[in-house]
Amino acid sequence: MEISSGEAALRDVANAHQPPAWGRWLLWAFVLAVAANFAWIVAHNPHFGWPIVGQWFTEASILRGLGVTLGLTVVAMTLGTALGLVLAIARMSKDRLFGSLSGLFIWFFRGTPLLVQLIFWYNLSTLFPEIVLKIPFGPVLASWNTNDLITPMTAAIAGLSLNEAAYMAEIIRGGLLSVDKGQVEATDAFGMTRARALRRVIIPQAMRSIVPPTGNQLISMIKATSLVSVIAMADLLYSVQNVYNRTFEVIPMLMVAVIWYLIITSILNIVQGFIERYYARGERGTVSADKVPVRVEEPA
Amino acid sequence: MSKAAEGAAPMVRARNVHKSFGPNEVLKGIDLDVAPGEVVVVLGPSGSGKSTFLRCINHLESIQRGFIEVDGEQIGYALRGTRLNRLSDHAIAVQRRKIGMVFQQFNLYPHMTALENVVEAPIGVHGQPRAEAQANAMELLARVGLAEKANAYPRQLSGGQQQRVAIARALAIRPKLMLFDEPTSALDPELVGEVLSVMRDLAKQGLTMIVVTHEIGFAREAADRVVFMDGGVVVEQGPPQDVLGNPQHPRTRLFLSRFIEKV
Repeated sequence: MEISSGEAALRDVANAHQPPAWGRWLLWAFVLAVAANFAWIVAHNPHFGWPIVGQWFTEASILRGLGVTLGLTVVAMTLGTALGLVLAIARMSKDRLFGSLSGLFIWFFRGTPLLVQLIFWYNLSTLFPEIVLKIPFGPVLASWNTNDLITPMTAAIAGLSLNEAAYMAEIIRGGLLSVDKGQVEATDAFGMTRARALRRVIIPQAMRSIVPPTGNQLISMIKATSLVSVIAMADLLYSVQNVYNRTFEVIPMLMVAVIWYLIITSILNIVQGFIERYYARGERGTVSADKVPVRVEEPA
Repeated sequence: MSKAAEGAAPMVRARNVHKSFGPNEVLKGIDLDVAPGEVVVVLGPSGSGKSTFLRCINHLESIQRGFIEVDGEQIGYALRGTRLNRLSDHAIAVQRRKIGMVFQQFNLYPHMTALENVVEAPIGVHGQPRAEAQANAMELLARVGLAEKANAYPRQLSGGQQQRVAIARALAIRPKLMLFDEPTSALDPELVGEVLSVMRDLAKQGLTMIVVTHEIGFAREAADRVVFMDGGVVVEQGPPQDVLGNPQHPRTRLFLSRFIEKV
């Protein structure tokens, strides 16, 4: 059937409109109204003590605590990731010794509460008053007094990073396993050393599945650092606790901490987005060559 | 053809090669010599062990009996006096550096551009200066007809283009031996020709090649010798006109007849 040229122009989908969705607009209006009302209630509730929040938000001891929280997060996360990478590679190696040592480490540090690990490190000197470097059953090479080594700072770093390493090891191992087997074969066939293959080919591809859960870990690490307040490490939470122990303004001071935590995690979310986009390079594009049945050619 | 110079030391020497995956014996005593400059095409039905044999040559698979030598060096092992020692992973990696390989699934590095794929091994494994490696890579990409795609990522290329980049990548290490593992089997039919024509050029230039394929036409035109494998053994081998034109063994005839029926 022939369509008139006028109708063809009208039917051209290039000129199509989206009919207004009144239901959705209504829903939006309702949700926004509820949110605005909730914000108004929170803002006008005197128990939140917003003027006090404003007054303490950038106070010196709070900012120092914030610095400790950030510093501890960066150090523990860096050490944890580096050790986690080593553990993941050891766990995947053909060598049974490295594989089982790594497995044992992960089993222990994932299997016990972080809080207990922190307290354990902090009180290490009661278990081992001296730390000794020696040949097993042989002579002593060097020794240190445990109390000199273990400060709240070192206990916090040891506890947080060893615990983090166990989790990161599993995340990194999962990422390495997600890389196509053909990639490993290609690096083998070209005579690359294992270290170079990991660095140049395997890890960059594994990063795509390592980055999102690592972002998750980083965010939970920022909050996990608040556990170090039990070993008298003056992080953000410990600093606000210090204040409200004197002033009894518990909720306003906790709001100070909450807002700071939210600001940091929001920034990290944005950074994570950029990192994910970087490791997705090479993924944008059109044609993908997938398996096609074996081709048979002309007769012999 | 006379490219396979008489009496020259073979590039590949395989003797009594056996390989099993668990209880399943895939190679049951393969003997094969490949002379320098020779182009050997290995044909055979699926499951005949031809890909496995190819992968044993550069020790991607280990063998359980017999031995394989490439360029006079036993692959994966070293004879010290009367004692045969397994080589370390690193020593095996060094042995592989003179063998180029092209895979069925291309296995290009997806996070690197075509050019980066080609220069990776020359720079990182062979220690070539970057400028020299890049100039050489551009030459190779031009040779496979993809100079203008140097900065494209593998995903942005068609299957045939990806496989041609993979060939350039393998050539970049100046291999003494090239292994092709079903290089056209993952390609759309209309893209097979471009890859085969690149391979035909390489064959003419005197590169030592072992090609596992289903492309009978390529075998007829480019091979110095056709090896027909079935059931883990070499059933028949010889010049293409003999093996393809006048097969002696019933299994070879049966295999080739399937290709005739298809047309």
